[in-house]
Amino acid sequence: MKVALVLVILLPFVIGIGLFLKSRLILQDVSLWELLFSSEWRPLAGKFGFFPFIVSSLWVTVISLLIAGPICLLTAIHLTQYADNWVLKIMHPVIDILAGIPSVIYGVWGTLVIVPLISRHIAPLFNTETSGYSILAGGIVLAVMIIPFVLNILIEVFKTIPIELTEASLSVGASKWQTIKLVHIRKAFPGIISAFGLGLSRSFGETIAVLMVVGNVSKIPGGVFEPGYPLPALIANNYGEMLSIPLYDSALMLAAFVLLIVVVLFNLASRVLIIRTERYK
Amino acid sequence: MQPDTKIEVKNLNLFIGKQHILKNVNVSIPSNKITVIMGPSGCGKTTLLKSLNRLTDLYPEMKVTGMILIDGEDVFHPIEDITLIRQKMGLLSQRPYPLPMNIQKNVAYGLRISGRKRHRGIEKRVERYLKMVGLWDEVKDRLKDPASDLSIGQQQRLCLARGLAVDPQIILADEPTSALDPLSSQIIEQKFMELKDHYTIVVVTHILRQAKRIADNIIFMYLGEVIEQGPAEEVLNNPKEEKTKAYLKGGLY
Repeated sequence: MKVALVLVILLPFVIGIGLFLKSRLILQDVSLWELLFSSEWRPLAGKFGFFPFIVSSLWVTVISLLIAGPICLLTAIHLTQYADNWVLKIMHPVIDILAGIPSVIYGVWGTLVIVPLISRHIAPLFNTETSGYSILAGGIVLAVMIIPFVLNILIEVFKTIPIELTEASLSVGASKWQTIKLVHIRKAFPGIISAFGLGLSRSFGETIAVLMVVGNVSKIPGGVFEPGYPLPALIANNYGEMLSIPLYDSALMLAAFVLLIVVVLFNLASRVLIIRTERYK
Repeated sequence: MQPDTKIEVKNLNLFIGKQHILKNVNVSIPSNKITVIMGPSGCGKTTLLKSLNRLTDLYPEMKVTGMILIDGEDVFHPIEDITLIRQKMGLLSQRPYPLPMNIQKNVAYGLRISGRKRHRGIEKRVERYLKMVGLWDEVKDRLKDPASDLSIGQQQRLCLARGLAVDPQIILADEPTSALDPLSSQIIEQKFMELKDHYTIVVVTHILRQAKRIADNIIFMYLGEVIEQGPAEEVLNNPKEEKTKAYLKGGLY
């Protein structure tokens, strides 16, 4: 049992060290700074600038959270505070089903529904033209994918708020909405942060569904209707194909390493926020 | 209704599903006195107390019939908004539940939500109510600290101050000392004795000695029914009902 435990604890470190060792080759040639912030991606010329990919990743991630965050928060509040019990009971299997759908299916759905929707209906509203394969499509598909995870945590978070706290607030004359706004959300804040943090991490790392709708053009996206090329898609599309090019392999490993670090940072940041707000619980 | 009756409960019945929790309860609670609702656990004391300011709304499974008149107004069919009626009553629960904010904001919470926001005024009032519950000297240097940093006895007094800050006429207390150490319990009891000149106080307790110490008026409940009610000396010294006698001797659970 202890061996298994140690294995599980060591796993992230082993993966991280493996990626780092593999990516050292390229770091000997080019500085990390240059790799991260150069936007020139010409592997044949030995130019590996990650900046467009990093920017694309941040775009789709932030958009997905901007869409999914408020939806999940409001849904969780409604389900736990206003809805009848049976609604919550049917929501649980719905959430499980959403969470269990393979990501490639989300990708297909995005290609068939979201991409045309953006090119035919949403983009014209903003007077732009787009193929639909865009940052926005990636963000929307990701939002749908992280909703079950974020929502699930939020429901649990709001359920754990003791009813006596609600009584205390109501009994000094607060309305139900004031109680939710001033007491519940504050009490739930650490939980909300960790739910959003999990959503961010999942969004940032999601590969196949995004890859199918985001366009995969390696330049810095100028807006949400332009195509992008997030890090995971870069790795998935190219690894194993063009490894005859010198340093390509190492560059992709570095991309994977950066991805890992960013996800870890998301986790750490949300943990710090949780600890700092927990005192007020 | 007698002129000094603050709360009048008429034919109150409360069901959870098929369970009959409160059975045809009729009580009158006099103003500016401490009325103690006593009885063994599970007799419906707390439920009766929470019906008074309609916290029963929070439990959709509860079905209530009958009337509760506060100053003659039925809380179940109020003319005013229910939040205004609730402001007439401060609630103290079994364990203190400070709101997730700092000490000062806890006390000011009721004022803030009812829109009385003038800043200077609020600070003065916070001070006044913290003094009233004897907490001011202990917390005056750390008003911005989270309320959860206080000891549990201090938290309970903070909750009392929070309730008092909205100028209630009634204080509802549900076994307010059951989570507290003897000294903190004593402080709370003492505060009640001081406050009863200005407030109508209703205390639920299952501690007989506490009832003897503080009660002016007693309501004895058993299995959802009010068995006996009246002035404390009468109920405690000359109980009319067999069940009350048995309970006072410690033979009824």
